[in-house]
Amino acid sequence: MSFEPKLVGFLCNWCSYTGADLAGTARMKYPPNLRVIRVMCSGRVDPNFILEALARGAAGVLVLGCHPGDCHYTEGNYKCQRRLPLTRKLAEQMGIDPRRIRLEWVSASEGARFTQVVTEFTDEVRALGPLQLSDWTFDSTSADAQLAHESR
Amino acid sequence: MNGPGMVPITIDSRRIEVEEGSYVLQAATALGIEIPTLCYYKYVSPYAACRICCVEVKDHRGRLRVVTSCNFPVEPGLEVFTHTPRVIASRRLNFEMLASRCAPMPALTELSAKLGVETPRWGWGEDTCILCGLCVRVCDEIVGAQALGFASRGTARYVTTPFDGETSACILCGACAALCPTGHIRMEEVGNREIVHQEISLGPNAAISVPFRQAVPNVPRIDPEYCVHFRTGGCRICARVCPKECIDHEDEERIEEVEVGTVILATGFQDLDPAPLKQYGYGRLPNVITSMEFERMNNASGSTGGRIALENGREPRSIAILHCIGSRDTNHHAYCSRVCCMYALKFAHLVKEKTSAEVYQLYIDLRAFGKGYEEFSQRILTEGVNLIRGKGAEVVPASGAWKEEGELVVRCEDTLAARFREIPVDMVILCTALEARADAKETGRKFGVSVGADGFFIERHPKLGPVSTPTDGVFIAGTCQGPKDIPDSVAQGGAAAALAMSLMVRGEVEMDAACAVIDDKLCSGCRMCNDLCPYSAIGFDEALRVSSVNAALCKACGTCVAGCPSGAIRALHFSDEQVYAEIEGILV
Repeated sequence: MSFEPKLVGFLCNWCSYTGADLAGTARMKYPPNLRVIRVMCSGRVDPNFILEALARGAAGVLVLGCHPGDCHYTEGNYKCQRRLPLTRKLAEQMGIDPRRIRLEWVSASEGARFTQVVTEFTDEVRALGPLQLSDWTFDSTSADAQLAHESR
Repeated sequence: MNGPGMVPITIDSRRIEVEEGSYVLQAATALGIEIPTLCYYKYVSPYAACRICCVEVKDHRGRLRVVTSCNFPVEPGLEVFTHTPRVIASRRLNFEMLASRCAPMPALTELSAKLGVETPRWGWGEDTCILCGLCVRVCDEIVGAQALGFASRGTARYVTTPFDGETSACILCGACAALCPTGHIRMEEVGNREIVHQEISLGPNAAISVPFRQAVPNVPRIDPEYCVHFRTGGCRICARVCPKECIDHEDEERIEEVEVGTVILATGFQDLDPAPLKQYGYGRLPNVITSMEFERMNNASGSTGGRIALENGREPRSIAILHCIGSRDTNHHAYCSRVCCMYALKFAHLVKEKTSAEVYQLYIDLRAFGKGYEEFSQRILTEGVNLIRGKGAEVVPASGAWKEEGELVVRCEDTLAARFREIPVDMVILCTALEARADAKETGRKFGVSVGADGFFIERHPKLGPVSTPTDGVFIAGTCQGPKDIPDSVAQGGAAAALAMSLMVRGEVEMDAACAVIDDKLCSGCRMCNDLCPYSAIGFDEALRVSSVNAALCKACGTCVAGCPSGAIRALHFSDEQVYAEIEGILV
């Protein structure tokens, strides 16, 4: 049996969540791997949420927000757009493939795009295989020592 | 008793008080005494050119003399006689001398009848200008263009433009031609300078006019592009004529800011431009018109007064009505425009009622979905309308034998008869798609309403919130939400108004319970959140050195929560603990 990843999606209440709803009412098909958490805005997505999801067994995290210029809160998606690359970088330093974290824009009318994004992301993460976090343990003492060394 | 500035005079034994500085002719007109004249116009200064308006006056010294009434100023105690034998003889003489150089034009022959001159004793002349100078005065005093003047003297006198040529001083307002009593002055097209107020078949033809007959509000408006005042600073005749003093030339377009609690978006639709659909020949072939143009033509206040006519004015022998132009077409709009089937049937009914033309309906499916619609479509079938199931594919000019039956040929596939058909017709009506307005997306962005793939505004929920939008207090109604007919638009408009009213009568708005709060024990006072908030809902308390959220301004987006380095901000209903619990829950 092939690997079926568990994926966590953080969906903006105004665009992508409605878009996902539309995909549902239009009876569009998409992989059942994605589990959706509704947030009011993609700007609410704390990088900690993403890391927590990965730590708890998610193989990938998908953040969906409004298209640039369409944010219900004017610029929350821009905040997200600036946080996500940093999160990906951080994940990479932790040995997590940054492809497991993805940010996409899906509007309320793009039910078809929602299914397409989810399908693509699921396929990509499935190809990456399960996330192996056990190999890597965070050693706080050595990290502190390194920081102290660098700052000296 | 004299009022201030009023002068008592007597005209034909009738006393009247008139304003100081006015003229005898004005006083006589006020009394209803008719004095014939050719050169008087109340909005320009009197000129006494025609001398037909002469009257006999007796001044304070008792002198009796004949004067021109249009420019004879009133004085206290003046006695005026308008119909003495001497006056009548003078008028006749003056008229006959004028007639000797002028052609017998309507303005003059009418006057000759009025004055009792059967044949002028020196005969008629040939000139069509009576040298009344109305044109010169109106151009100078009202229009302010000074493009006309008199040239030469005595018998050689004539009206002309500077240097007798085409002049840039003329603003083509047409006031001279409008006032000319004989039609001596005409507007002519010279070079590529167009004639003003050319008859536009669908619109008004004056600088001030009611845009169309059923206009709301039904009041005239000024077209600043053509209004003389806006070009020369003069004129303003309309303001002087208006008895209610409604016309204010200083008034101008302005943007007003109105504070409101609710907004209903009813921005409507736009018609698809059929010109890019080259196969139908719109804009290229004569008598290929859109449904809107047909409506205008068919309207009693339209260009033809409701007569259905071809471009050459002839009644069409046959008309083809092509459904679904741009709708139900994956190359343009996939959706059905909803209203076309029914108005196309209405067109057929009207054509049958008004003309004897043959009508062909080229349809994909006849969608008579509303109350009474199916009954109407059945009735049309009994009126001898030809229904062809098949979309009109092409319109081409008729050639050869087709020409005897129609100027155009419509090609289509009759899918019920399973054969290709060519139908000669005189007129083609294109039922163009209802489109979302080109600026709908921009408008929607201003109000927090998104547009769908088809460009129309998206409602909150297709079944449970058909007039609401994601933004509280913003509602949508009519075709801005999607193509719909009048009854549906009215119903949606009513629903939107009722929802807006229900918010307004309450007088207060329930805030969403979701909101950010700052724990001032944890807040380090870094003020990072202050700049993150798009609503400026977070302020800084200088005394306590902490930030705090104004709950009334907070829209609960949570950007500050995710950005707070101390974790001091909680998003109620979307707190970190709640999201972590959700993550935990869904990953079990």
